[in-house]
Amino acid sequence: MAVRTLLTRKTLSSFLRNDPKPIGTAAISAAASTQSRDLHVYTLPDLAYDYGALEPVISGEIMQLHHQKHHQTYVTNYNKALEQLHDTVGKADASATVKLQSAIKFNGGGHINHSIFWKNLAPVREGGGEPPKEALGWAIDDHFGSLEALIQKVNAEGAALQGSGWVWLSLDKDSKRLTVETTANQDPLVTKGPFLVPLLGIDVWEHAYYLQYKNVRPDYLKNIWKVINWKYASEVYEKEAYLVNQEDRP
Amino acid sequence: MASCYFNPIPTSSRLISADLSTKFNIPKLLHRKKRFGVLPRSSKVTAFYGLKTPPYEHDALEPYMSKKTIDIHWGEHHRNFIEGLNKQLEKDDILYGYTLDELVKVTYNNGNPSIEFNNAAEVWNHDFFWESMKPGGGDMPILGLLEQIEKDFGSFTNFKEKFTEAALTLFGSGWVWLVLKREEKQLAIVKTSNAICPIVWDHIPIINLDLWEHAYYLDYKNDREQYVNVFLNHLVSWNAATDRLTWGEAFVNLGEPKIPAA
Repeated sequence: MAVRTLLTRKTLSSFLRNDPKPIGTAAISAAASTQSRDLHVYTLPDLAYDYGALEPVISGEIMQLHHQKHHQTYVTNYNKALEQLHDTVGKADASATVKLQSAIKFNGGGHINHSIFWKNLAPVREGGGEPPKEALGWAIDDHFGSLEALIQKVNAEGAALQGSGWVWLSLDKDSKRLTVETTANQDPLVTKGPFLVPLLGIDVWEHAYYLQYKNVRPDYLKNIWKVINWKYASEVYEKEAYLVNQEDRP
Repeated sequence: MASCYFNPIPTSSRLISADLSTKFNIPKLLHRKKRFGVLPRSSKVTAFYGLKTPPYEHDALEPYMSKKTIDIHWGEHHRNFIEGLNKQLEKDDILYGYTLDELVKVTYNNGNPSIEFNNAAEVWNHDFFWESMKPGGGDMPILGLLEQIEKDFGSFTNFKEKFTEAALTLFGSGWVWLVLKREEKQLAIVKTSNAICPIVWDHIPIINLDLWEHAYYLDYKNDREQYVNVFLNHLVSWNAATDRLTWGEAFVNLGEPKIPAA
């Protein structure tokens, strides 16, 4: 088992492009029949603030469980699924490969979504809750009328989402339009459209708020705006909205 | 017809033995709104369905399921589904005429659920869930149910493994069920997302387990596996399951085909 793990870790790689940590540098001859690429293993990103720093909006206990247990499990299971994917691709086992897609989408999505979520939050003393300015602020006014109107829309859609999922402030890189989107379970925003970039994602799984807000998801949504990191959303917006050539713009 | 009474207890309660029904919090019988024309005096509709209480005290499943969990799960989540459903039915001239089973099936609308489906199915699922557990549950099924499980899963241990695996591989919120499939004439484990209830596929539910995080988060946090183990080892009511299978056998012949002697 351990040998098999080493083998697969050694040789898988190309699916992963972000924050990979290559491991398994030892050459293993049995793996030489496939392309010699390193398998990158995803790791749990650190938070830029302490677990308790978002209190009283989100308790330290929730943050710790959410980060150390939930996010870690997505990372672990994503890595596992990628190892299995490497196996099945290596064996040209099409049906096993296809079968893995739900685990990859769920766990990979869980990793992607939570990594964004942590950056979407900031303690009040570090600017959490300060409204967006300039480009993003204007764009929000353009598309939604006001920040207040956007917040109401996000809260309404987040509260109405059945089961587990996410509510997003999304930028369409192509049309430059801002929209509010929801995704089920751990589906990342890109499943809603190839050009969609998440500026802000709010986790409405029960694990994100249950210990503190119980069944009252609307209160959680109402409060979370006090620790939203608009600076991060603005940076993403400015980067993504102006990437395309200016002449493409209306 | 216009002034008939509507029994607020959903049809699934027929499976419950009589002594338990005395514990149900049965709301006053309510006038049903006149379908057409003027409303009679005192016909203000406040509810079509009542919130059924679990057939045990809220602390009776301790330490495996805490009173706090049941207080909130039943008193808030389940109640909200009932209230949401009643509000929706108040606006609908047709749907309030259905039994809960029919309501779930018709609002499922062959996979394009109407807005009432979520509440209706969640009421069904939760009624069924509370009755799928009992204090001192767990244990082993006996007689016909055990034989059927052994026939369809190989062994009871195998069944438990498959049930657990299904619970741990359910993505997001939802339910895991032991059902009797009519056509196949066998027991099977099915997973459903969010509110979906397998009666929409005409299966006969035997046991269900709520895998929304609100069902276990206060007691087990992210440890869904421990929750599932505790359910199977200490909570599941094989008595209720036996009743339901017996009921199901009225529709599904589980016996060997009887070949007439020559």
